[in-house]
This record gives sequence, C-alpha cells and structure tokens, in this order.
Amino acid sequence: MLKLEQRPEPSRLWTYLTPPLAVAVTMIAGGALFALLGKNPVEAIATIFWEPLFGEFAFYYGPQLLVKGAPLILIAIGLSLGFRAGIWNIGAEGQYIVGAITGAGAGLAFYPADLWVVFPVMVVAGAAGGWAWAMIPALLKLRFGTNEILVSLMLVYVAEQLLAAMSLGLLKNPDGFGFPGSRNLQQYAPAHNAELVAGTGMHWGVVAALIAVIFAYVLLNRHVLGYHIRLTGQAPRAARFAGVRPKRLVLFCLGMSGALAGLAGMFEVSGPAGQISIDFNVGYGFTAIIVAFLGRLHPVGILLAGLLMALTYIGGEIAQSNLGLPAAAIQVFQGMLLFFLLAVDLFTNFRIRVIRPETA
Amino acid sequence: MDLASISPVLLLASLMVAATPILLAALGELVVERSGVLNLGVEGMMITGAICGFAAAVETGSPFAGFVAAALGGAVLSLLFAGLTQVALANQVASGLALTLFGLGLSALMGQGYVGVKPPPTPRLDIPVLGDIPILGPILFGHDVMVYVGLGLCAAIWAMLKYTRAGLVLRAVGENHDAAHALGYKVVRVRVMAILFGGACAGLGGAYISLIRVPQWTEGMTAGAGWIALALVVFASWKAGRVLLGAWLFGGVTVLQLNLQAAGVAIPVEYLSMSPYLITILVLVIMSADRSRAPGSLGRIFHATG
Repeated sequence: MLKLEQRPEPSRLWTYLTPPLAVAVTMIAGGALFALLGKNPVEAIATIFWEPLFGEFAFYYGPQLLVKGAPLILIAIGLSLGFRAGIWNIGAEGQYIVGAITGAGAGLAFYPADLWVVFPVMVVAGAAGGWAWAMIPALLKLRFGTNEILVSLMLVYVAEQLLAAMSLGLLKNPDGFGFPGSRNLQQYAPAHNAELVAGTGMHWGVVAALIAVIFAYVLLNRHVLGYHIRLTGQAPRAARFAGVRPKRLVLFCLGMSGALAGLAGMFEVSGPAGQISIDFNVGYGFTAIIVAFLGRLHPVGILLAGLLMALTYIGGEIAQSNLGLPAAAIQVFQGMLLFFLLAVDLFTNFRIRVIRPETA
Repeated sequence: MDLASISPVLLLASLMVAATPILLAALGELVVERSGVLNLGVEGMMITGAICGFAAAVETGSPFAGFVAAALGGAVLSLLFAGLTQVALANQVASGLALTLFGLGLSALMGQGYVGVKPPPTPRLDIPVLGDIPILGPILFGHDVMVYVGLGLCAAIWAMLKYTRAGLVLRAVGENHDAAHALGYKVVRVRVMAILFGGACAGLGGAYISLIRVPQWTEGMTAGAGWIALALVVFASWKAGRVLLGAWLFGGVTVLQLNLQAAGVAIPVEYLSMSPYLITILVLVIMSADRSRAPGSLGRIFHATG
C-alpha cells in the first residue's frame, strides 16, 4: 500500500526537478495528443522545441523568442510576487490591455510632434494604466473584503470591451478610411518601440523584462519587503506577529503586477503589434500564470519558463504552417504543462512510502 | 432609440432563458464549495460541456444526447481537478485555473469542425392550459425543458442540503474536514463526488449556451459565464435559493442590455456589453461585507494523518 507522508519542509531537490519533469511528461502526453490528431508525434515535438532554435530559419525565430518571451516574463514576474503571498491577481490580461490603451493613448496625444519625451511618457502612462486597473480589485479587497480573483478576472472582460470601444472610437485612426484600429505607432518614430539592435528582437520590453527579473530577485532575497512577501505566503499568522501589514502587501503586490502587465502591454502595442486593435490581446496575461508557476515563482525560474513558453508559441506557429497542427492544440499543450506541474509537485511536499500491511 | 419596442413580457421570458446556464453552473459550484472545495475551473468545464454537448447533439441529431454528453464531458474534466486537489493535494486555486486554461484550449481543439454548423433545435415544452395564461404563460410556461431542470435542481439541492443526511454529511465535510474525518466520514470520497457533480452541472450550463441560447459553436463562447457563476455562489452566501435569485438578476441585466443594444440607445454597444461584469463586481462588493457564511474548510487542503 502507498502512503503519503508530508515532508517537514519542501524538498529542495524536487523543487528544481519538478519543472523539467513536468515538461518531459507534457511532451509525452502532448505527443500522444498530436498522434491522435494524425500527426507524427516525434516530428511535431521536434518542430515545436527544436526547429525555432536550431532549424534552418533559426536566425529568424531566435529574435522572436525575445519578442514573445518578454511580455510573458514581465507579467509573470509581477504575478509571482502576489502568488507567493497568497494574493491572486488573475486579471493580468486586463491590466495588459489597459496599459496598452493608456500607453498608446499617451503617445498618440503627441502625434505628430517629434519629441524625445514621447516614449518615456508612454512608458509611465502604460505602467500607470495597468497599475490603476489592478488597484480596483486591490482597493475593493481592502475596503469591502471582495475576492480579488473574481474582481480582477471580471475586469478582463471589461477591459476587452474597452479595447473594442477604443479601437472603434476614441483612438481610431482618423486617416484609416473607417477601418477599426488606431494609428500605427511603428510609423510614428518618437513613439515606436523599435529594435535596439536590428535583427535581434531586442526592444525596450526585453530590457524591462530583464530589469524586472533582477529587481524581483533582489527584492525577494535582499529586501525586507520580499521577506515579508515570502513570510506571508508561508505563515500568514506568523507574518502578522512579525509586523507585516497585510493591507500594504495587497496594495504592493497587486499594484506591482498591474504596473508590470501594463508595461508589457505598452511595449507590445508600441513595438511588435504597432497599433490598438480589437484583437490586440492574445492571452499573454493568462499564459503568464503558467509561466509563473512553471518558474516556481522564482525570478530566474520565470526567466527560463518564459523563454520556454515563448518557444512553444513560436514552435506552435511553425507546426501550424508546416504540419497543419491546429493552433488550439498548442493551447491544450500549454494547459497540460500546468496540470502536470501541479501533479508532480506532490513529490516536492510529500514523500511516498510503501507500507506492507501488517500481519499479526 | 425606441424603448417602447422592449416588451416586458418577452424581457421576463428571455430572462429565464438567460439565467439558466449560470444557474446550472452556479448550483454545481455551490455543492462543490459546500463540501469545502474551491473549483475555479467552472469556465473551463462549461466551455468543454458546451462543445461536448454541441458535438454530440449534431452527430446524433438529438439535443437530449447532447446534454447527456455535456454533463459527462464536464464531469470527466472535473475528474482531473479532483485528481489534482484530492489525490495529488495540489493548490486548489492553481488547479482550478489550470482546468480553465486547459478546458478553453481543449474545447477550441474539439470544436474545429463545428464552426458554422447548426445544432438540432431543442423543442419547447408546450404545456397545454398553463401556457395559454396571458402574461404568466409565456414568462413561466413556454420554455424548453432545461429551464425547468434548472429550477428543479435548485429546489432539490436546497432540500438535500437542508433535510437529508447526505446534505448534512456534505456540510460537515465542508465546515470542518478534520472533525468530519474523525467522525468516520470519507472526506475525499465526498469531495470527489461533489466535484464530479459540479462538473456535470457546469457542463449542462455550457451546453445550454451552445445548444439553446446562442445556438451555435464559437471559440470561447461562454465569455466569462463560468466566472459569473462563481461570483454568484459568493453572492448567494452559499444558499441554493439565493443562487436562483442571483441568476435571475444577472439574466435580467444581460437581457436588458441586449435589448437596449437592439433598441439603439445612444451608448456604444461595448459599454453596454460591460454591464454584466460590472454588475457582478458591484454585487460582490455589496455581498462581501458578510464573509461569515463561507464553509469553514473552503479551499483548504485535507490530508489525513491519522
């Protein structure tokens, strides 16, 4: 008979081992899924994980890795702070959208002025937009005890409608012949989040993501606030005795994750996406939840997990065009990853003992 | 703008229809939460039920088979959640989110061949005498069978929780799982059954959207209905009767804003479409002041040591 025995503290070895293990199990299960869809599983998995990095067109896909990874990492870093403290911001997608709207809106307000100050203003506006959107669940939680999971999530749907309203109304391109969508920021140089070095995919969002990783690492390991976050997650009662003020922590965690998600949206709209349009958001805010968990809520882990998840996006696109693998199959694949991760996490917190039935 | 074109009778009649999917899903989640488990995967189970039901109804030509398949689909998906949280003892919030993300992907994958297909129509019940009563007839007695299934389920769950031994055990497990365990109740078994029931209900709710309310299949068509159902349970203070009230409220808001859109009110459509979500937040704010009625063990992991 098998028996679960709780470990006195989470196993360090398994903490590092579970994410690769989950990826491996997902590859097997994903392969089985692809086989069910009538595709060669080995070829499909190789296309997703090998082709973008070492294939014939790696010079093109490599930069894409940074472009897709940066928003995921930026959002996931913010989410991980809250998740560690048991504060669940599920609405990063909404904060991402609002950050893009305010960022692009600030930039377009200057159009067509050619000032260096435009881009910095957009950065601030994007972060402020995401922050403000995240403050709604934060303040409601503090003032009325409302569940932040439900409120932040409801606000995603509100933000999506707002995005549609903006691209059809206030931010619509006046020279766009009536088509929905804003002016293309790529054609407005002062507001364009261009590649810093041509052909590398390196834009300001990537820089911001790297800064966020370092910032989060220092915060969690060297700063008392980070200590408070970790303490609250592990022992909320002890945290209160240690002088942690839970309300400030809620404001900080939700505000930080909102601001980072807003930044991600702003860098996306001013760079790779170029314009506010109805279908601007592609679910980075939700995928970032998977990234945060896959990275074990650790900044360096999130960096790696974000790149891996970006790889599945890019590889998925290649598999889509080369093998005719449906886009939804990649979504299932990403969802599976979180499932298996949570499942194998059992080994981190529990020991499995085999007990023989005692014979008298 | 022509507000006079909105007929109150039709409005109330369509309110009953609009309320049914979230009523079904919320009733399922109510049972799950009363057993002490927080399943945030309602949205994922609903959308999976929506496509399972749609596919089965199209393939067999029978809406009834569709609803059975939807309940099964939702329950099978919830089994994954049960495995994660009850066997692998994973965090319930994270597992629920995983379920939703996975369900959204899975449904999109399953639904590829069904975009633009029309499902077989579900017949309305023509209740003889009652249906002919003016005003009340069309509001209360002119609907499809699932509307009444929802109402019946609501009454059944209310009675089950209040008067039966099974309901008492379920509540005991939800209020204090350690005490329930000490009394010899099978905490994990009760919870797994509750989770399966919740999954089946969410599946039915989803299929109601894809088979009757819309009726067609589009990706992500539940559009947050699962999350509204979750909010509804909080709104209802974990009571079956109030879930019905809440579902009618949200159904009413949805129908009203759709009618206002059709009547051509001067507010852009997008802002009207926000209203159900904003109302949900508003109601959550009003109801959250009183947290005392939440089941005691809600969201906590149970691990029997003894």
